[in-house]
Amino acid sequence: MLLDETISNLSKKLRSRELSSVDLVKDAYKNIDKYNSKINSFITLQDKNDVLKEAELSDKNRDIDSSPLNGIPFVMKDSYVTCGIRTTSASKVLEDYVPQYSATVYQKLLDSGAILIGKNNMDAWGHGGTNENSDFGPVKNPWDVSRVAGGSGGGTAASVSIRMTAFGIGEDTGGSIRNPAAWTNTTGLKVSYGRVSRYGCIAYASSFDTVGPAAKTVEDCAYVLQEIAGVDSKDATSSPVEVPNYSKDLAKSIKGMTVGIPEDFFSEGLDQEIHKAIDEAVEVYRSLGAVIKKVKFSLLDYAIPVYYLIGPSETSSNLARFDGLRFGNGRDKFTDETSRRIMIGTYSLSSGYYDAYYRRAQCVRTLFIKEYGEMLSKCDVLLAPVTPYAPTKIGELVSDPLQNLLVDIYTVTTNPVGIPSLALPCGFDTNKLPIGMQIMGSMFSEDLLLRMGHAYQMETDWHKVKPPILDK
Amino acid sequence: MGMKAKITPDEVKHIGELANLKIATKDLEKYASDLSEVISYVSRVQKADVKGVLPTNQVTGLSNVFREDVVDSSRMLTQSAALSNAKRKHDGYFVIDSIF
Repeated sequence: MLLDETISNLSKKLRSRELSSVDLVKDAYKNIDKYNSKINSFITLQDKNDVLKEAELSDKNRDIDSSPLNGIPFVMKDSYVTCGIRTTSASKVLEDYVPQYSATVYQKLLDSGAILIGKNNMDAWGHGGTNENSDFGPVKNPWDVSRVAGGSGGGTAASVSIRMTAFGIGEDTGGSIRNPAAWTNTTGLKVSYGRVSRYGCIAYASSFDTVGPAAKTVEDCAYVLQEIAGVDSKDATSSPVEVPNYSKDLAKSIKGMTVGIPEDFFSEGLDQEIHKAIDEAVEVYRSLGAVIKKVKFSLLDYAIPVYYLIGPSETSSNLARFDGLRFGNGRDKFTDETSRRIMIGTYSLSSGYYDAYYRRAQCVRTLFIKEYGEMLSKCDVLLAPVTPYAPTKIGELVSDPLQNLLVDIYTVTTNPVGIPSLALPCGFDTNKLPIGMQIMGSMFSEDLLLRMGHAYQMETDWHKVKPPILDK
Repeated sequence: MGMKAKITPDEVKHIGELANLKIATKDLEKYASDLSEVISYVSRVQKADVKGVLPTNQVTGLSNVFREDVVDSSRMLTQSAALSNAKRKHDGYFVIDSIF
C-alpha cells in the first residue's frame, strides 16, 4: 500500500517520477470506498474525479522547488472553513454551510500543493472525547469497530490509521488531536498556542484551541508543521516567534536529555496495561541515554474542573453568534452535549457565579502555568499517558456526561498552559487495542518534542503496526 | 467530589433563556440533573489556594496587536457571496425577525 510510506519517502518518489500523485489519490479512495461505510470517518468527501484532475495537474507542474507536501493527499477535521466546500463542525446547525473563504491552515496546504480528499467527522463543535457526539453518527475505531475512535478528532485519526490519506489536520482544545491518536495507533501534535494560525478554525474555546498535524509518524508531523506554522496577520493571537526547521535536527542524539515523569499522571485511575507500556517506553529512553527524573504535578485534581469551566465559558460566547440569519440553521439544532456545555459556560459566567467559577478557574490556570514551569525547569520534556484507559465501546460513555469528561484528564492541563504535546504509539493491550503516550515541553519546543518522538520511533515499531482489518 | 451544587429545573429554564436556547419542558429535569452533577464536580476549584494569584486569560504573551486602520479589499466578500448562505434575503439584504 503506497500510503504506508512516510511523507518524506512519498515526496522523494513523486519528484523522481517513480510515483504519481494520481497513484496516491487512487490508493486513498480505494481504502475510502472499502472502509468508510464501516468507520464513518468523513462528513464530506471530495468528488474522486475532481481530485484526480487536481492530482494530474499536480503531477504535471511539480518541480524541484515544490514543497515536500506537493501532490500528497490530506484530510481535515470539519472544523476548518474551506471555500466552496461544505463545512459543518459535525453539527446540523451548519449542515448546509458552504464557506465563502478559507482557513489559513487550509490555504497554506493548498499553496504547498497538497490535495484535499475530504472533511472529517468529529464531535460536534469539538465537544467530546469519543467522537460519539456527532450529528453525523459516531466514528468507529479501525482497530475494533465496536469501539470509539476517540475525540473530538476521531475521523481524522481514523482516516490516517486506515490509510485513507497521507496525513490530516486536527484541532486540539483539551486533547482532541492526542486522544484519538492514542486510540488509533497514530501520531498527533498539539502545538504551542499561537504556533499555527486559527483563522478560519471554527472556535470551541478560543484561548485553548490549537491547530496541528495528525500523521503516521513523528517525522511526518514535522513536515506538515513546517508548512502550516507561523504568524498570520489574520489571527492576532498567532505568534511572531520564529519557525525553526523542524526536520533538520530530528535525527540528532537525545543523549543527556532529561525526561520528567509526572508521578501524579500514573495514579490509581490509570489502566495497568497502559502504565506498563509507558514504563517500557521510559526504558527505551533510558537506553538512548536520556536521564529519567520523577517530578510532581500536584494539581491534577483541578484538571477537569479548570478545563470544564473555561472551555464551556468560551464556547458559550463563541456559539452565541450562531443565529441562523446569515448562514446555517437555528439554535434549536444544537444537540444535548453542546446545549449542556453552553449552559455550563453561561452559568459560570453569570453574575453571582462568575467569581466562584470562571474567575476561580482562571486563577487555578495561573497555578498550572507555574507548576508546569517548575517541572520543565528540572527536565527537558515530560512523559505521560494520553488516556487513562483503552477505547471504550460505542455507547458506553455517551449517556454519562461526567464519565465522558474524565477520559481527557491527562490531556486537558496542557491547553490552559499553552505548551505543546506530542502523542505517539507505545504499545498494545491484551485486546490488541493501541496505547499512546505524550511528550510535553515548554512553549515553542516543538522541535525538541519531535526529536524526542522521532528517536523513539527509530527504536520501536509500534507506529508501523496497522489495523488488522486492512490485511483482510 | 466538590461542593454539592443543586441546579433546579427553573434555573435551567433561566440559563436556557440567557443562552438563547429553547429547552423543552420535558428536558428540564434531565438537564437539571446533568448540570448539577457537572457543576458539583467542577466546584472543586473552590478548594484551590489562590490567595494573591492573578487570573490568566490568555497565554500568547502578546498585548495590543494592532493593524493599520485601512480597508483590505482582498478580505472583502461580494454582496452575492455574503448572502450566499442566508436562508432569507430580500433585495440584497438579510431578512431577520423584528427584535421589538
